[in-house]
Amino acid sequence: MSTTYLEAIREGLWEEMERDPNVFCIGEDIGEYGGAFKVTAGFLEHFGAKRVVDTPISEAAIAGASIGAGLMGLRPVAEMQFADFISCGFDQIVNFAAKCRYRWNASVPMVVRSPSGGGIHGGPFHSQNPEMWFVRTPGLKVVCPATAYDAKGLIKSAIRDNDPVLFFEHKALYRKIKEDLPTGDFTVPIGKAKVVREGRDLSIITYGAMVWTALEAAETLAKEGASVEVVDLRTLVPLDRELICESVRKTSKVLLLHEDTRTGGLAGELAATISENVFEYLDAPIVRVTAPDTPVPFSPPLEEAFLPNAEKVVEKARWLYRY
Amino acid sequence: MTAKDSAFAPLVYYPLNPKLEVNPMSAVEATGAETHSASTAAGSPQAELAHKCLYYMLLMREVEDRIERKLYRQGKVLGGVYVGRGQEAIPVGSALVAVPEDVMFPSHRDMAVFFIRGVSARRVLAQYMGRLGGLTRGRDGNMHMGDMSVNVVSIISALAATVPVAAGAALALRYKGIPGVAFSYFGDGSTSRGDWHEGVNFASVQKLPVVFICNNNQYAYSTPLNLQMACANVADRGPAYNMPAEIVDGNDVLAVYEATRRAVAHARGGQGPYLLECKTFRMTGHSAHDAAHYVPKGLFEEWGKLDPIVRIEKRLLDENWGTQEEIDELHAAVTREVDDAVAWAEQSPYPDASTLLDDVYESQ
Ligand SMILES: Cc1ncc(C[n+]2csc(CCOP(=O)(O)OP(=O)(O)O)c2C)c(N)n1
Ligand SMILES: [Mg+2]
Repeated sequence: MSTTYLEAIREGLWEEMERDPNVFCIGEDIGEYGGAFKVTAGFLEHFGAKRVVDTPISEAAIAGASIGAGLMGLRPVAEMQFADFISCGFDQIVNFAAKCRYRWNASVPMVVRSPSGGGIHGGPFHSQNPEMWFVRTPGLKVVCPATAYDAKGLIKSAIRDNDPVLFFEHKALYRKIKEDLPTGDFTVPIGKAKVVREGRDLSIITYGAMVWTALEAAETLAKEGASVEVVDLRTLVPLDRELICESVRKTSKVLLLHEDTRTGGLAGELAATISENVFEYLDAPIVRVTAPDTPVPFSPPLEEAFLPNAEKVVEKARWLYRY
Repeated sequence: MTAKDSAFAPLVYYPLNPKLEVNPMSAVEATGAETHSASTAAGSPQAELAHKCLYYMLLMREVEDRIERKLYRQGKVLGGVYVGRGQEAIPVGSALVAVPEDVMFPSHRDMAVFFIRGVSARRVLAQYMGRLGGLTRGRDGNMHMGDMSVNVVSIISALAATVPVAAGAALALRYKGIPGVAFSYFGDGSTSRGDWHEGVNFASVQKLPVVFICNNNQYAYSTPLNLQMACANVADRGPAYNMPAEIVDGNDVLAVYEATRRAVAHARGGQGPYLLECKTFRMTGHSAHDAAHYVPKGLFEEWGKLDPIVRIEKRLLDENWGTQEEIDELHAAVTREVDDAVAWAEQSPYPDASTLLDDVYESQ
């Protein structure tokens, strides 16, 4: 039976709560309502109010209470109703949680689940990709799964991790993708990227929903004779620099792709990593396809123009292929 | 374009910062040809007020009904749709007290504030449809709109974020010697945010002219009051800030009006902020996709009997402020106005993709 991306997260969370009595969920409308996207539907009935904690509209309290509980040895999984509202708990995450281990060797095993991303007509405050606020904060791990398998395997690893993990779930993937998952317990290691399509001529390095965009573009380009490799980073911190460089050594041409906006997006860090480590392997300039530096607009023609898509990737990749 | 409603005195606006008027169309432009003239029949000031209240509540109800029950289902309105059905008395009764130099911070169930400030149903519908004619030119949707030329500040989604901003606007009013008041609107759930407490505390410490208006509709999304706060009333939060707080029947538009007058007199008189808690009920799900199964069914019936529109109509007749014919004509006029507005909005073009990069900065 196929499992959607959303169900995969739900299953992973459920199984971890069954496995470890210290794991609990905390967030807005996650109890009786089962969460805005229904990830925790049925959890309250099964695990009870002690382990499914409904909060007031207080993101700083959700993040802060998770830190406090984590310091005491529990394993909180906090839900932000939308990733866009994580900024309301920002200080707790980037200053409190992120700096505990380095400053005083205290472990904060918490997961913050955040539905992120555009393409759902959500407008400027229900579509953002805020991962870079956390990627550039040492002490936090950042995970962005693209498949149901990785979503389940990574939520489990995130819960078992002893550091704070930001877990970004792409809203547009929730019910759109599904696959058959193995039965029984499995995890996906944090910090390991994956080649999801092998190729020789150029590499597209990406993560999250854009993995599917890259695969679609690779399919189109294959018909034109270009053999495109697609690397799914899966984790942004720690970054799998090893695999990134390996792919570039193989193809010598690289296109960096993300849905997040351009300046200060992950592509900049990837480009620097590549030029520091495998510059001599490059046969062409490193190119980027990203959202432009604007808020996420609401109106469909604007949002369409804003979001990267397969067409835009194909256009850039074609140029790169012929370079 | 013609003024919104010739029967009512035209508003004159004092924008705090005229440079901020970036919208190519002024907020009060594009008024529909079909406007009502119901108050011609009204005699006493009380009668005129009651007619106005009814008109604006009907207009908000009708526009939101079209959006939620028609345009959204037809796929012409995309994204999140939140309506204030059953809560219309709160934005209407309060905003009718405001004078032009007051600065309004409507939240997501306060559509009538826009109408009262002279923004037409046409512009509001175009906003919901993501068209150029909307106040944000398609950049944002639903109630996420504002225009400083009519002193209406746009919310962001993050709840209660406007509360400290309203305190800042009040600070500016006092700073400039303008006798205005900031009207800060929010729901019961929003009072759990740190921003709410910081904004309210700052306004209290500084004795700023802010009227805080809470629509306590007893739910925040699926979360009932008892999971939101440990006190029985939002008004109970007032004493902690040494701020007067008053509980009002939020389904009685004239009661909201009178209470707002008291609150505004206090704030405008330099005595500091004032909290109004308007008790009401959200007669819908949280948004158009929420069937609200978590609400005990009896509550909708119970509160349905307290519908603010039905109540003002009854009061109007009981007090001899108007006739049934006038009420019927008002309903018909509103229907015509909204028909026209929907047609206008549907003809408003979508923004061109080539404008995507514009307006991130003043000059770029
Ligand atoms: C900071 C923040 N967290 C969560 C949300 C998601 N959200 C939107 S409206 C809402 C409920 C608001 O309740 P209340 O303040 O009572 O206003 P009401 O919708 O009942 O009018 C929630 C949780 C949000 N917009 N902002
Ligand atoms: Mg509420």
